[in-house]
Amino acid sequence: MRNTEKIVHEPLFHIAKRDDLVWWQRLLIRAATVVVAFLFAGMLSWTLIGVDPFTFLGKLFVGTFGTERRTWISLRDLAVLLSIALALVPAFKMKFWNIGAEGQVLMGGLGAAICMYYLGGTAPDVVVYLLMLVVGILFGVVWGVLPAICKAVWRTNETLFTLMMNYLAMQLISFFTDIWVKDGSGVMKNETHLHGIKFPELGNVYVLPILVAVVLAVLLFVYLKYSKQGYELSVVGESENTARYVGINVKKVIIRTMIISGAVCGLVGVLLTGAINGTVTTETAGGQGFTAIIVAWVGKFNPLFMVLSAFLIVFMDRGTNELNLTNDAFASIVTAVVVFFIIGCEFFLSYQIKFRRRAKGKANDGAQDPPAAETPELPPEAGGAKEVQA
Amino acid sequence: MERKIALELKGICKYFGSVVANKDVDLTVYDGEILAVLGENGSGKTTLMNMIAGIYFPDEGKIFIGGEEAVIRSPKDAFRYRIGMIHQHFKLVDVFTAGENIALGNGKGKRYSLSAVNEQVRAIAARYGFRIDPRKKVYEMSVSEKQTVEIVKVLYRGADILILDEPTAVLTPQETEKLFAVLRRMRDDGKCIIIITHKLHEVLSLSDRVAVLRKGEYIGTVNTAETDEAQLTEMMVGKKVELNIGRAEPKDPVDRIVVSHLDITNREGVKVLDDVSFTIRSGEILGVAGIAGSGQRELLEAIAGLQKVQSGDILYYDPQQGGKQVDLRDKTPLQIRDLGVRLSFVPEDRLGMGLVGNMDIIDNMMLRSYRKGRSVFLDRKDPAKLAEHIIESLEVVTPSAHTPVRKLSGGNVQKVLVAREIASSPTVLMAAYPVRGLDINSSYMIYNILNQQKQDGVAVLFVGEDLDVLLELCDRILVIGGGRVTGILDGRTAKKEEIGLLMTGSKPDGKEAANA
Repeated sequence: MRNTEKIVHEPLFHIAKRDDLVWWQRLLIRAATVVVAFLFAGMLSWTLIGVDPFTFLGKLFVGTFGTERRTWISLRDLAVLLSIALALVPAFKMKFWNIGAEGQVLMGGLGAAICMYYLGGTAPDVVVYLLMLVVGILFGVVWGVLPAICKAVWRTNETLFTLMMNYLAMQLISFFTDIWVKDGSGVMKNETHLHGIKFPELGNVYVLPILVAVVLAVLLFVYLKYSKQGYELSVVGESENTARYVGINVKKVIIRTMIISGAVCGLVGVLLTGAINGTVTTETAGGQGFTAIIVAWVGKFNPLFMVLSAFLIVFMDRGTNELNLTNDAFASIVTAVVVFFIIGCEFFLSYQIKFRRRAKGKANDGAQDPPAAETPELPPEAGGAKEVQA
Repeated sequence: MERKIALELKGICKYFGSVVANKDVDLTVYDGEILAVLGENGSGKTTLMNMIAGIYFPDEGKIFIGGEEAVIRSPKDAFRYRIGMIHQHFKLVDVFTAGENIALGNGKGKRYSLSAVNEQVRAIAARYGFRIDPRKKVYEMSVSEKQTVEIVKVLYRGADILILDEPTAVLTPQETEKLFAVLRRMRDDGKCIIIITHKLHEVLSLSDRVAVLRKGEYIGTVNTAETDEAQLTEMMVGKKVELNIGRAEPKDPVDRIVVSHLDITNREGVKVLDDVSFTIRSGEILGVAGIAGSGQRELLEAIAGLQKVQSGDILYYDPQQGGKQVDLRDKTPLQIRDLGVRLSFVPEDRLGMGLVGNMDIIDNMMLRSYRKGRSVFLDRKDPAKLAEHIIESLEVVTPSAHTPVRKLSGGNVQKVLVAREIASSPTVLMAAYPVRGLDINSSYMIYNILNQQKQDGVAVLFVGEDLDVLLELCDRILVIGGGRVTGILDGRTAKKEEIGLLMTGSKPDGKEAANA
């Protein structure tokens, strides 16, 4: 006799790949996710800080768009975050995981500050502006291209390398602050230390960064989609073997792409220093070099979607200011929750969960059963009639 | 009938998303017989067998073993029902000996004794005529020896029902014959053997009965003695297929590429090609035969400029410049193209090298031609036209030219790749395993394309694995054994056994067959 159990023990559910959804189904799932995410965030605000969900949502709107000034600031923040995220896209499409945008932005800011400190007041302002741009962008390029060269030549890991470069950039800024700020305050001020150099305003102080972000978005979109270089970097990202096979110089593409990525980061740094903050500190980038990674990924490296994902982050960030909380942990929690939902929804766009199918008559209680439930099946009777297949 | 039913499947269905892998499959296997499960790639053979072996669980249907309903949830369950499967990819621990691998996972509370295991292994080997050394480490074994270990492992665990998934794919003709002899002995011993295959001649020479699957559906079972290739093909494909590959006489062949004394050492410092010399001529197909991994890939990549060469020459004679000699050695693919060499290459790894899986057909068409023109922007008009043309002329099944190629089936992926490579009207066309994994119709389409290229005066290099096809298609056959040229034979007169011997590295009559 064979020692066999006559037990059907199927798993409660299994995960199956989903067929391709139509665009509006995808949109619907994403929209529903955002709604659920904000509902959940509202519940959190109710339980954690005692603000009911409707007030909570209202405050987010007021914090972001409450006054004309707030709207401008939100748009400017959106522009800066989006610009950094855009800088990452060429590298990410090449599967070069540049997590050094923070440092590349800071170096751009430092480059601009060096021009302001040493040339401000002596050279004509226009010359200083131009040099700020050139030097700042150059600094960003250097910070981006060093890891790229090492990866191209010695196949070093770009993630670690670019991360370490962030700390170097911060230390360099501390170093220059120490040299330049002799009053012991440790704070570099635009008026006292940097000769009051600021980029000219276009209408108001917020327009320049917004304009730059729009131009960058259009340029990068065209570069990635319609230029030969953009095509090459996509091929390298998809498969280096294919790139070699069709004669693409992989090293050259890696280095060239990181020059672009670093240059855009440097430009953002110049703007932060020359147009927005008026000075450079280790907090100038404020972690946006890392937040931009999320923006790029959630936006699927598509500049248009990235506007939406960057807006979401800015909306949460600016909106939670209005809650006037003494600590900012809650703001981080709800932002994280919303982002988590949106990333999690990608799973449901590609996969579906299939619950196990039961024999007829038992299907009604199927879903409630604990996973370990076992449904004994009668052994087929010896020589008996064939069972009817359910 | 006195024969005992070993295994019976009733109404088995398995779905992966919207893909139907198996639908309503009924199958009966008796003790003491060899059943061949025949079907094209993607017809659901392996999925079906995986359900018997406990890797998948059927969505619908029942399995009976020895007349009783069986529920097989895991490979462990399968073993309890005395079912053993030998997979296409071996699952052995390289640094263990054969005996240790066989003993692995077999602890039943008894004291572990390797010598007892080895003794039993020898007994099994003697009974069925295996040649196996239980103390040999797996990494020192040939593919065929590893397969023997897998089979003995299954027998050691007491399997009465053995399932072999494409067991001959990696074997030479001689090894295949040995395996078949062993399988016949096991059948005569009363074991039930199921062999998955898509090679018709193997089905006819080995099996007692043939079950045919087509697109996941069970078509029927026939007695091998009462059928022939034509009927089986029709069952497999669903319509009559002409199984003849034409072979025209080469028209005034001239030397196109001459490779001489080529040595290649790979990154690990192992010599993969040793003093390889041969000539590719225009208007003929030169076949390359050899056990997988004998240096074929390195050879083709060296010619294409993708592989460093230690010594030797690769010379190209340019028909557009009156046969001017061009040195291809140590050139990059781009330099080769800039020299005006129209070399096309269909690599073995289609989606990892030949194409970009995530890009659509149009963008894949551009891979070879996107540099054209001085503009910094891409021109997608011509590639789009080419894509549409290919889809229409080669009957590529795709929703549109904007579909990522990874979503196409293997046959359609290969059509896209081959069509792109011949679109640049090459003078040399190299194709590595161009029909691997393809259904019969697509395979014949590829053979026809190669023949057409040959008749247009292209020098074709074809690396194949099916010796029958090589013998039908090629004008000359270059045999590589262990990185050396062991023979260059005339495709019209060569014998399969002869090639098989050369593949293992031995040279007939001790004659130097190279440079023939």
